Amino acid sequence: MAILHYDNIGIKAIAACVPPEIEYNKDLGHFMTEEEIQKAIQNIGIEERRIAAKEVCSSDLCFKAAEKLLSDNDIDKSTIDALIFVSQTADYHQPATAPLLQHRLGLSKNTLAFDINLACSGYVYGLSTAYAYAFQQGINRVLLLVGETMSKIVSRRDKVNTPLFGDAGTATLIEKGAFGKSVFSLHSDGSGSEVMMIPDGGFRNPTTNESLVDEMDANGDVRNRLQFRMDGMAVFNFGMSEEPRDIKNLLAEAGLDLSQLDLLIYHQANKFMTDFFTKWLKFDKAKTPYSIRKFGNTSSASIPLTIVTELKNAYPERKNVILSGFGAGLSWGSVLLDLTSCRISELIEY
Amino acid sequence: MDIQDFIKNFADQFDDTDASVFTAETRFRDLEEWSSFLALAIMAMVKSEYDVALSAQEMRDAETVQDLFDTVKSHI
Repeated sequence: MAILHYDNIGIKAIAACVPPEIEYNKDLGHFMTEEEIQKAIQNIGIEERRIAAKEVCSSDLCFKAAEKLLSDNDIDKSTIDALIFVSQTADYHQPATAPLLQHRLGLSKNTLAFDINLACSGYVYGLSTAYAYAFQQGINRVLLLVGETMSKIVSRRDKVNTPLFGDAGTATLIEKGAFGKSVFSLHSDGSGSEVMMIPDGGFRNPTTNESLVDEMDANGDVRNRLQFRMDGMAVFNFGMSEEPRDIKNLLAEAGLDLSQLDLLIYHQANKFMTDFFTKWLKFDKAKTPYSIRKFGNTSSASIPLTIVTELKNAYPERKNVILSGFGAGLSWGSVLLDLTSCRISELIEY
Repeated sequence: MDIQDFIKNFADQFDDTDASVFTAETRFRDLEEWSSFLALAIMAMVKSEYDVALSAQEMRDAETVQDLFDTVKSHI
């Protein structure tokens, strides 16, 4: 059972960067009915999303967020010994993006740097990896860069995913200090690998001419095999089967009950779904911050983006906080930590 | 588990379709208001009211309200 306990490792600072271009869901009338648009806005909870320009990658958004974080907190770059980049929209198939970011940020060649290829669970997994390194004597600070440009892999004629996904890049600094206890709970279920998937373009199904052929599904959504697809009902089944249970188990592992939890910050998947988890848990909805209305689902970046946009000037009680991510893989995980001393930068635009 | 209660709970998920429309034989996919979002709302209702997590396939296989009732009942 992947339960990890840490003492006095924590998040020193978080920053986030979004593209300046806003796409409003109310403007998707060219391929969605007014009723579909209203469902997306009212039930899924998304009014607008940020869309990266053609030449802007996840790593670019993360780079800006990292520079903001380092500058705001007067961080000596030589104190960063590890850089972890989490994304499913990396710069290249090869090489990994993390070394590029190490060089671009001017970090030492003695920095360990690698990518983690996970989607919506990626922030929690990335944090757990960063904590594991930060726990080591040879590591001072870990820079965790988590970003996604889902807009580049979603079909523009997909009524499910176009109104759902936005782009963002984030930076999180992890170090040793008086952060108290943290507990992680991590899970995987590859039997659900097809629930959220881009079928072609890897080495199982290499790109062919057929990969680029548009296909219409039973709901009238059009996409090719190099674009993201999701079985929404299967995601919902997965979420309601696993998420509330994981949160309850994590609290039990930490010896807390739900009433002692200050905040529950979900991956911003879909407000209908996460509100349902909150109701099922009988947790106070006022303690579940959302950034989804203005930024949509930004995959692995959504939890740190929510911390930046929602916790900068609100939610002062943040000693017992759960961050919970779930998505493609299937992969899910939660962490209980203390964000009291976490410094949050103002959101920046690219 | 009572079919009349189930029909009421099912009908409650719809905003525009009158509750009187719903019977055990209703082929809910044919209703004008039916959408993929309503499928999620039905799944949420089933989890809340009956503590059953319907799979996507079970949702897809059900054609009538009775079909779905039978599926939920088989899990209890």
